[in-house]
Amino acid sequence: MNWITKMFSSSLGQKLIMAITGLFLITFLIVHCTLNSLIFLNDGGVTFNAGAQFMATNPLIRIVEVVLFIGLILHVVKALLITLNNNKSRPVKYAAYDGKANSKWYSRSMGILGSLLLIFLVIHLSHFWIGTKAAQLNGTILSHNTYLELKEVFESPINVLIYLLGVISLGYHLMHGFQSAFQTLGINHKKYTPFIKSFGNVFSILISFIFAMMPIAMHFDIIK
Amino acid sequence: MSGNMNINLKVWRQKNGKSQGKLVDYKVENVSPDMSFLEMFDVLNDRLINEGKDEPIAFDHDCREGICGSCSMYINGRPHGPNQGVTTCQLHMRSFKDNDTIVVEPWRSAAFPVIKDLATNRSAFDRIIASGGFISINTGNAQDANSLPIPKGDADDSFAAAACIGCGACVAACKNSSAMLFVSAKVSQLALLPQGAPERATRVINMVAQMDAEGFGSCTNTGACEAECPKQISLTNIARLNREYYKATLFSNEG
Repeated sequence: MNWITKMFSSSLGQKLIMAITGLFLITFLIVHCTLNSLIFLNDGGVTFNAGAQFMATNPLIRIVEVVLFIGLILHVVKALLITLNNNKSRPVKYAAYDGKANSKWYSRSMGILGSLLLIFLVIHLSHFWIGTKAAQLNGTILSHNTYLELKEVFESPINVLIYLLGVISLGYHLMHGFQSAFQTLGINHKKYTPFIKSFGNVFSILISFIFAMMPIAMHFDIIK
Repeated sequence: MSGNMNINLKVWRQKNGKSQGKLVDYKVENVSPDMSFLEMFDVLNDRLINEGKDEPIAFDHDCREGICGSCSMYINGRPHGPNQGVTTCQLHMRSFKDNDTIVVEPWRSAAFPVIKDLATNRSAFDRIIASGGFISINTGNAQDANSLPIPKGDADDSFAAAACIGCGACVAACKNSSAMLFVSAKVSQLALLPQGAPERATRVINMVAQMDAEGFGSCTNTGACEAECPKQISLTNIARLNREYYKATLFSNEG
């Protein structure tokens, strides 16, 4: 199995892990965003809570949750290791550096955007995941009202601001990450790369917009 | 002559690889807009030699017609200066304005140590080529033109990749000083042709291993290399390198 460790310790193999885990996390985002969008039904959270209960009690989802955390940790740890190594590759920095002349700022800022996302994620998990997890463990999950939790959290304007900054970071992170993952997988062809790029941009903006609407709609009582 | 310019230069001066360097100010007067950037340096060096106070500025140059890849100057934050698809020798002073301040630095990368002033040691690229960027068969006499059928598209892509002059602008431009564009061009030009097929898997595995060993960073797909490449080598080559590498590792007996 020497060849496999060699592959995943090479710079290309490490990037492959970033791409695969990144795309996996994107599929999670789609599920997360779709389920949360149930709040826009504006039925006092009945459908949303039913969805949340399904996710919290389905045994298959419990397994996927573990895989999700492994994927997230791999993505974060690999990113950290790659960044540390990349920082070593240029010990003397340029006195004059014109990065905007040849690349987008967010493509050069994936580390910062990712760090912001990680901080946001810790806050986000403390808001919702911990409560649900506790309810799962002490058997009160069937009476657990996630919708009410949403209402409470988004009453605070500071929380709304944190969530907005979180989804803006997410949007820019995805705008580069989505198309970058395909390039790393070796998928680049004039037949479909323009589509991947524009689809990635539309997807990133759309998903951040929908996520951003949730705290806003809750805070301003557009959703009752 | 009317239309001539005065240029304020800030040039990186460094005695040798071990000493500390710094930016030094030089004023170059009466610069013709038709001079190349290197010719302006010739004029400045001429002056420095005649004055006898300062050593002339060391910089790499050879063909001065944009094909050798020697002239490695990082000008105002960009490799080879402000224009697209050109090397420093093909950059002319008409691309600047009178009284402009121009910062000139060497390529910055752990894998390209400074030898002196603006000259860097780019033999890391040579070692990458030596690790696999070749074909081992004896080519002999020129063959009959159509004895080895090659699709036109493959030939075009191979030629486009072979345009790489190994100047290192991709490394200089990349925020991670990654050499992926260079390595991908060298792998692609041979992977696309039947002559490169026998060593296809060993080539990519060895060249990637050598690239990593030289201390280049990894690719984060910012696209800065493609934008700054004087030969406009495409990012599709990097995707091909990724494919070639996974294919060689997963499906060949090599590695």
